Amino acid sequence: MRKYKTKTVAADPRGVDSGPHFMDGDHAIAEGALAAGCRFFAGYPITPSTETFERFAERAPEVGAMFIQMEDELSAIAANIGAVWGGQKVMTVTCGPGFSLMVENIGLAAMTETPMVITNVQRAGPSTGAPTLTAQQDMMQAKWGPHGDNAMIALSPDSPQECFDLTIEAFNLSEYYRVPVIILADETVGHMHEKVVIPPADQIQVVPRNNYSGPKEDFRPYKFDGKGGHPMTRAGDGYHFHITGLTHNERGYPVVTAEQNKIVVTHLMEKINGNADDIVRLEENDIDGADVVVVSYGITSRIAVKAIQDARKEGIKVGSLRMITIWPFCENRIRELAPKIKCFVVPEINYGQMVLEVERCAGGKCKVISVNHCGGAVHDPEVILDAIRKGSK
Amino acid sequence: MSTQEIRFSGFGGQGIIRCALITGKALSLYDDKFATMTQSFGPEARGSACAAQLVVSDSRILYPYITQPGVLMSLSQEAYDLYYPELPKGGALIVEEDLVKLKSDHADLKLWRVPATRFAEELGNRLFTNLVALGFLTAVTKVVTADAMKKALPGLVPDRFLKINLKAFERGYEYGVEAISKAGATA
Repeated sequence: MRKYKTKTVAADPRGVDSGPHFMDGDHAIAEGALAAGCRFFAGYPITPSTETFERFAERAPEVGAMFIQMEDELSAIAANIGAVWGGQKVMTVTCGPGFSLMVENIGLAAMTETPMVITNVQRAGPSTGAPTLTAQQDMMQAKWGPHGDNAMIALSPDSPQECFDLTIEAFNLSEYYRVPVIILADETVGHMHEKVVIPPADQIQVVPRNNYSGPKEDFRPYKFDGKGGHPMTRAGDGYHFHITGLTHNERGYPVVTAEQNKIVVTHLMEKINGNADDIVRLEENDIDGADVVVVSYGITSRIAVKAIQDARKEGIKVGSLRMITIWPFCENRIRELAPKIKCFVVPEINYGQMVLEVERCAGGKCKVISVNHCGGAVHDPEVILDAIRKGSK
Repeated sequence: MSTQEIRFSGFGGQGIIRCALITGKALSLYDDKFATMTQSFGPEARGSACAAQLVVSDSRILYPYITQPGVLMSLSQEAYDLYYPELPKGGALIVEEDLVKLKSDHADLKLWRVPATRFAEELGNRLFTNLVALGFLTAVTKVVTADAMKKALPGLVPDRFLKINLKAFERGYEYGVEAISKAGATA
């Protein structure tokens, strides 16, 4: 369970469907959003994320949430930004092709420090690709999609249960750091049914919207100090402010100078990268004394465990590092481990994306083996096992 | 049982995916097992052969897909033709006996045949075919308990058809129990 730097409240029981369920990851994401207090969802359906969309639409009337099917992904993300400044917690879901269309306004949300959750249930690309087949090909897009420098948070679930849990975390991080948080799921986890236990509402920690309540003249929608926890306001509450994608001052009005740009961009980067210790969550197993560490995430981490178990039977000292947080990248941990081990093995359902980060941080102090493939299916565990064998030599 | 893999197959509209959902829910919520269900998502799920896979285990399931099924349920000829070759020796093959013409006597498999559609029609509607087949599967494979299956039904079948679905399940289950005792008698 994650500890938050700010106060949390119990979830609103209206949105919490407590109890054990047999549900798929997509549905669990919708339930996570409702439990986290999301009451607005504008989206455009696309396989393999449509089930989240459907579940939210079905549950919205009983929870008192608003659901809108927009004409496309561009308008969907724009409507969500508007709803946030109208006081709502919001989410949308999509996959690669839709995410590409949303990218411009995700950048706007990052620049205007608008909290929201965007789920990308990844399918095989590029372009329209293979809609019903799994992939992890949008890992870099989540960080580098929008132009300009901005730091993002992205989380990757490995099961329907974690789809529920991480969606709540995504909302909480998003509220505190006022940044779009991206859930990088994959088709396998999104469409797979497993047991999901939804706790009682009073056991779910929710970071509430931090609405300003002080004197009107003192209200500033922005504070550029590289920290989270700054208050917002709702349009119509009487506090004057301005929102723009242009470089702005603390009141939100454009100040297009190199000096102000430095102030704003430094803040956007530092509030995430400078708080990486708070944001990054990893699951590590048998790292001490390991010769090989398998770095993986999402569904691939489960396939990797099978390979790891087989490698241990052969006497190979192998540990695992599962990235629950993808962005910011777990730089410090990789730097720390590199001189102590022989090799990182990085399986992922893409042509080699996060392995670039692992290589960068390993800095040549150990081998790095990429176990990539082009998407459409999960790995054959045997291929990962082969890489572990090579890495241990 | 450490890990058991089940493939449910038939044609679109028979309630094949529902079968896997009910069984998965029964196992993971009421039988204290781990169950992971995946299903066909391609164009094959819309009309022709349709399949859902369930991996069942006493411990957490890592690899979510079927590697070698121990149980295959086929409610259509096409599904049977497509999937029976992947069953290993000693695997359980459950077929709809009026819809599937066998290609051999499958002496190396545990073969179970059930007239699920006919039984469902006797109960008033062939829509209950899948529940008859599930009851039969529950009895002959013992992968899941009948009690758990009955508990899993609410929410996965429409409320107004719950009773008749339970009846269909029981019809198939009883037929399965009879089939086991007959198989025992001839063995």
